[in-house]
Amino acid sequence: MAEEQIAAQESWVQELAAVPGVISVTVEGGEVVALAGRDQLYALALILRDDPRFAFEQMMDLCGVDWPERELRFDVVLNLLSVSRNARLRVIVHTNETLPVPSVHTVWPVSTWWERETWDLFGVLFSGQPDHRRILTDYGFEGHPLRKDFPLSGYVEVRYDAERESIVYEPVKLNQEFRNFDFESPWEGMITLPGDEKAGKAG
Amino acid sequence: MTEITQKITRTVEIDSHAINFGPQHPAAHGVLRLVLEMDGEVVERADPHIGLLHRGTEKLIEYKTYMQALPYFDRLDYVSPMAQEHAFALATEKLLGIEVPERGKWIRTMFAEITRVLNHLLSLTTYALDVGALTPVLWAHEEREKLFEFHEAVSGARMHANYFRPGGVVKDMPAGLFERLSEWVEVFPKFIADLEHVLTTNRIWKARTVDIGVMTAEEALAWGFSGPCLRASGLPWDLRRSQPYDMYDQVEFNVPVGRNGDCYDRYLVRVAEMYESLKIIRQCLAKMKPGPVKCQDHKFSPPGRAEMKRSMEALIHHFKLYTEGYHVPAGATYTAVESPKGEFGVYLVADGSPRPYRCKIRSTGFAHLQAIEVMSKRHMLADAVAVIGSLDIVFGEIDR
Repeated sequence: MAEEQIAAQESWVQELAAVPGVISVTVEGGEVVALAGRDQLYALALILRDDPRFAFEQMMDLCGVDWPERELRFDVVLNLLSVSRNARLRVIVHTNETLPVPSVHTVWPVSTWWERETWDLFGVLFSGQPDHRRILTDYGFEGHPLRKDFPLSGYVEVRYDAERESIVYEPVKLNQEFRNFDFESPWEGMITLPGDEKAGKAG
Repeated sequence: MTEITQKITRTVEIDSHAINFGPQHPAAHGVLRLVLEMDGEVVERADPHIGLLHRGTEKLIEYKTYMQALPYFDRLDYVSPMAQEHAFALATEKLLGIEVPERGKWIRTMFAEITRVLNHLLSLTTYALDVGALTPVLWAHEEREKLFEFHEAVSGARMHANYFRPGGVVKDMPAGLFERLSEWVEVFPKFIADLEHVLTTNRIWKARTVDIGVMTAEEALAWGFSGPCLRASGLPWDLRRSQPYDMYDQVEFNVPVGRNGDCYDRYLVRVAEMYESLKIIRQCLAKMKPGPVKCQDHKFSPPGRAEMKRSMEALIHHFKLYTEGYHVPAGATYTAVESPKGEFGVYLVADGSPRPYRCKIRSTGFAHLQAIEVMSKRHMLADAVAVIGSLDIVFGEIDR
């Protein structure tokens, strides 16, 4: 990044930290990340779009991230782009299964589908979103597949039943047990090596 | 008991009905189910139902090492595979903090542009096919086959190349490819000229596309448009120019911009982009120098076969890379590339393990398809087909 660009970035990053609703602003590897309060998200979104200091005309992406060990387990991540200032901003909001996040579809209409997707895959609720249907999964799907506690194989499998002449859903049957190989440091993780079990006892 | 009040029933005669467009419709570009509410032959409301090709790519990636995750990107937008690999490779490199050797960057830039031509060839001609011109699609498939041969020459696969890797590319270009590419770059403009001859001034083509599905610059921004669709609305925004990656800051090219934001402009922008891509490919060929094509740190890129047979350390590196994979330091990045369809981004969250914690794929078509509702409103049914064609939609990418 050119030097004047970095200087310009620093000035608006400092101003961003003073905007109500922003809890903290950090710069990670050149990318600006703002942690925002859930309740003030809508007002913040309006400022970010309309204030000429920020001018984030476009929302490129909205998605969820699941951290099950945290109390507010979900991150809702908005990736914003300003084409007039050539800048990007990531706004992160924390929530859980029950606390709704204010919808920003009136600020950036494109967010409707991203919000539907985040509801579908994570089960995050959006208040003020009139179209809260599922989007990517099957009609009548149950569960939120991108949560960390949802198994990779899912719960049901679908096939065509020739006798009943219809599609049927059945519980997943795996002929071989699902194996999640863990290759992470196979030596360090092992306390007793195979064939070496008696090593400690003999002495 | 509640009192029963008499309700007045009024009969209003309206000619409204809902039709299902797709999911098995040749003009739906895959498995789009578009529920259209029609007033006669005029579209009142369009409700796209997507997800019929959802394969859970993002979930699968969380269970794979970074190296194993890369091939999934070929299968997203299968019309421009290498552009998607590019985004993931750049995102991983950013988190790892590794640098790609110069030749690797040149090759990636060049193949990203070859992929762009590959994509536009299919998108433009199938768009023409939807509108009723059969000839261009037949021509274009012949030309695409030549480009697939280039893909095949470097990676061994026609479509699902798995060629770009975090740290560079898998292998250097084979002998003879340089000459073949130089030759192709010279003859290909003739094909674009032929295509333009058939379409650009064609009376029927213009009647079907001019002033259809107009998006103003403001609307295009609000609906998250990017790439050729945004430029057709008059905004000179190109990530290759404004946020350059790899070697894009060292090549000269123009950013074609439309004026009206209608289906015809989206076609014109793509045609002009093909010429620009050829320009970039020519410069890449001229500026490329011999050298390594991938990161020389064998903690991240596998050592050569010959070295592996002789060096114990290389063998260990190889073994560790293909079982455990490399650990990516904890952090997050949103990295986007200018894919042929527009901004293709990867939001990658790493937690220090060899597997991505979360990999969100920002597909371009997802945003574009959503705007069908506003673009096709009060248009004829046949115009909705032109709108879908002009948006360049591929379902592998949208449904993920």
